[in-house]
Amino acid sequence: MSAGGAPALSPEEGLARALALGLSEQEYELLCERHGRPPNLLELAMYSLMWSEHCGYKHSKLLLRTLPSAGPAVVVGPGENAGALDIGGGLVCSLKVESHNHPSAVEPFQGAATGVGGILRDIVALGTRPAAVLDSLRFGLPTSARSRYLLDGAVRGIAHYGNCVGVATVGGELYFEAPYERNCLVNVMAIGLARREELLSSAARGPGNTLLLFGARTGRDGIGGASVLASTTLADEEHAQRPTVQVGDPFAGNKLIDCALALRDAQLLIALQDLGAAGLTSACSEMAAKGGVGLDIDVARVPLREAGMEPFEIMVSESQERMVAVVAPERVGQALAICERYEVEAAAIGSVTDSGCLRIFDSELLLGTLPVRALVDECPLYELRPQPPARPAPAASLATGTEQRCGADPPAQLRSALLALLASPNIASRAPLFEQYDCLVGGRTIRRPAEADAALLALPDGGALALSIDGNGRRVAADPYRGTLEVLLECAANLACVGAEPIGATDNLNFGDPERGEVAWQLCESVRALGDGCRALGVPIVSGNVSLYNESAQGPIHPTPVVGMLGRLERPCAGARIGFAGAGAALALLGPFAPSLRSSELARLRGEEQEGLPELDLAAVVAAQRALRAALAQGRLQSAHDISDGGLAVALAECVLASGLGARIDLRRVLEHLARIGAAECKEGARGLSAAETALFGEGPGGFLVSGEEASLTELAAGAPLMIIGGVGGEALVIEGIGGPGEEGALALEISALRAAYASLAELFT
Amino acid sequence: MRIGVVRFPGSCDHRDTIAAASAVGEAVELWHADRDLRGADAVIIPGGFSYGDYLRAGAIARFAPVMEAVGELAAAGGPVLGICNGFQVLCEAGLLPGALLPNISLRFRCVDVRLEVSNPRSPFLAAVPAGAALRIPAKHSIGRYYAPAGMLRELEERGQVILRYAPGESFNGSVERIAAVSNAAGNVMGMMPHPEHAVRERDGSADGRLIFASLRSAVAATGAGAAAGSGSAR
Repeated sequence: MSAGGAPALSPEEGLARALALGLSEQEYELLCERHGRPPNLLELAMYSLMWSEHCGYKHSKLLLRTLPSAGPAVVVGPGENAGALDIGGGLVCSLKVESHNHPSAVEPFQGAATGVGGILRDIVALGTRPAAVLDSLRFGLPTSARSRYLLDGAVRGIAHYGNCVGVATVGGELYFEAPYERNCLVNVMAIGLARREELLSSAARGPGNTLLLFGARTGRDGIGGASVLASTTLADEEHAQRPTVQVGDPFAGNKLIDCALALRDAQLLIALQDLGAAGLTSACSEMAAKGGVGLDIDVARVPLREAGMEPFEIMVSESQERMVAVVAPERVGQALAICERYEVEAAAIGSVTDSGCLRIFDSELLLGTLPVRALVDECPLYELRPQPPARPAPAASLATGTEQRCGADPPAQLRSALLALLASPNIASRAPLFEQYDCLVGGRTIRRPAEADAALLALPDGGALALSIDGNGRRVAADPYRGTLEVLLECAANLACVGAEPIGATDNLNFGDPERGEVAWQLCESVRALGDGCRALGVPIVSGNVSLYNESAQGPIHPTPVVGMLGRLERPCAGARIGFAGAGAALALLGPFAPSLRSSELARLRGEEQEGLPELDLAAVVAAQRALRAALAQGRLQSAHDISDGGLAVALAECVLASGLGARIDLRRVLEHLARIGAAECKEGARGLSAAETALFGEGPGGFLVSGEEASLTELAAGAPLMIIGGVGGEALVIEGIGGPGEEGALALEISALRAAYASLAELFT
Repeated sequence: MRIGVVRFPGSCDHRDTIAAASAVGEAVELWHADRDLRGADAVIIPGGFSYGDYLRAGAIARFAPVMEAVGELAAAGGPVLGICNGFQVLCEAGLLPGALLPNISLRFRCVDVRLEVSNPRSPFLAAVPAGAALRIPAKHSIGRYYAPAGMLRELEERGQVILRYAPGESFNGSVERIAAVSNAAGNVMGMMPHPEHAVRERDGSADGRLIFASLRSAVAATGAGAAAGSGSAR
């Protein structure tokens, strides 16, 4: 078979080009066999992208198949541009999280901006209107100038795109750890809403139908992004990779979203697909593969930003703000008129065929013929070769040397530890970030960031959606299996704190080089935990993304599975907030909370090595979440907050700061509760630390701080272990009973002192 | 009462503004390319990033065909309210005095602000109880109100300063803490805070409803002029 006008490559030249494009010699040989002959240059460029890790999921596909993805609410599972869940009232909610790590490490502003733009187009491709964005960010320690530069650029990029495109950024999370110094993580999650009958598929159908490309013009930006940038480790000369980063235009994105949804409303779209990584190549391959058809594409009809672009450049360009649709030929005129109204350029660039091949033309000239099966389905898949380390790798940690461990004044020591934790960049107020994002546009926001543990969005039927995104890489590094379970439980706990039951999740697996045994082991353990945890919670994973090769010359990042979870509730609950509602309420510790200082934030601040994670009782934690949801739904609580990083004392301080109301707790009551549920580490005083430190700053899943009428709280004890530990009121956070039973030792911190410590991130954005 | 809400390419808050305005009248979308106010008695230019804020915020939108009709309505005394980007558009169109500059922090910020009433006689505040302060969210990166000293003196003297940020709340660095100004006739007002995002209990404040409720009195005060304005725009 002739490839028409494109020059054939000699075997040596073909192999050399294939290696330069990131394929292995074996892959090139397999490719020649599947293709039926050695590919020409255009075909090779397209194969190299579709067979890249980024598009082909070569090292993760087999593993991902083990995850639960079915459930009563699932409308669209993995495989489409995003997953979708039935949320009642005839509505569906789409959700997906995606990473833009390497582009952000190379050029943080545009990398993060296009991360937002890209996930929003995935949501639109499903026929759903974007309703909210959340982001998950990881940087090196803020003491490093490079980390501060990446943080500032990424936050500005998210703000620039999200605010201008007109979609609310309602939540997110952020950690600073040394292993992300040169390989930061920017994961963006989005959700969209539509009526069920408005959903669209990306499956191209109907030979003879027209392929309509609309949106921004195609330029030379982002060429090779998927294969070169996203599928290899970062070199020190990342400036040399800067041309592979795309440039975002949120104004064009705003028009494109409105235009695509207007085309949907006019019922003109047989299929819709966004152009992301690998541009037209990936979009057309996926559409053809899903529909079981072929596509003819004429590069001469693609509107270009500059003259003289090579056909392969047009086919692989990652220019942003573009989508491609399948439209019946007789309705193309109507579609073009809608595009014109929205000032969006559009062109018919090809048609659906029954050839089973992508055929690339330059006007009359056939440049390449690629069997869709070879491009998409025959991409080689690799079994991982996991190699557990002799013991879990001690993660890099920070020695501050600020702690006075041997003093004779326990309240003073606890006081300085609490203030140090509140000021820790991993715990301090995120307001300096989220105040740069529009959290209100769309008019659905019931809780703004930091008002509640999960974002809450109003639905037309009076119900609400709850959203959370979480992932603590340091704890996953300490124990990939338990750490990943904790990530899932943290998400579900955040939803429980607003009274929402989880109905679906999306995940982003950020890991190092999977060809290394230890990284492969981390990945396998993490995915095993995702499966076990999701089954225990009854939550299907309906979409996701994998980002591998997150390494630099300094080594791999912490293994960082990030989970985004969606919950549904019939009515927003009044008690769905972190802050106390009023003085006089009782305060209780709820749940099977077994705090440990192992791998805690306090241990990190003290420069102690990570030593695994404590055991957790999955069933008991899930039961406590259920009891909390029920109590909130019945209106029996005034506030609820999950105990997370920094432990109980930090959670308590956050409740105080969110409401401006003081609180008083008795440590002896806390210790009594912990002893009653068998939290052994508190008695032992792990590694010489006092029981008070473990109880107040130890971490672990399953604990909540709730406030309300004492009688209401006591009723809650029927569903989960509960102890009244104090009450709300006053001008300070007071912890009594520190000296032990019968002693007077107490620590009191004015709200202003807590606030000053908690504001430590502000200086990063001046 | 019919309230027209203009939609430019890049508008973001038009849907929320239509929803909020619907509580006090019939709210309709006005398309930027149509020189037609669809019989609106009052017009709101909503927030967002018209034309991506390219060139300068509001600088391109002012040339949209719909703005000719808005100018005619304003000249005839009809109420025109610009919110955030709408404020910027009205300044660029010469319908309001002064200009909006980048925030002093050079960053976008989304926070609740407390507002003091500076001119309680403005028709846009007719429904605001005497002595009341308002709590309404603001979200922008280009909201620092500026007018040269001479113009500022005139604005103060003529009662064209309508709302001010409460002391300590002018995060954008506006001169004299100005949050809203009107034209000399008082029938065109621009404000940076977003009343459409403070209309329900779940918004944390419902003070924005007072601004929309005031539109009814604003239309009544200038009813004849408004009818003439919308008529001539067709």
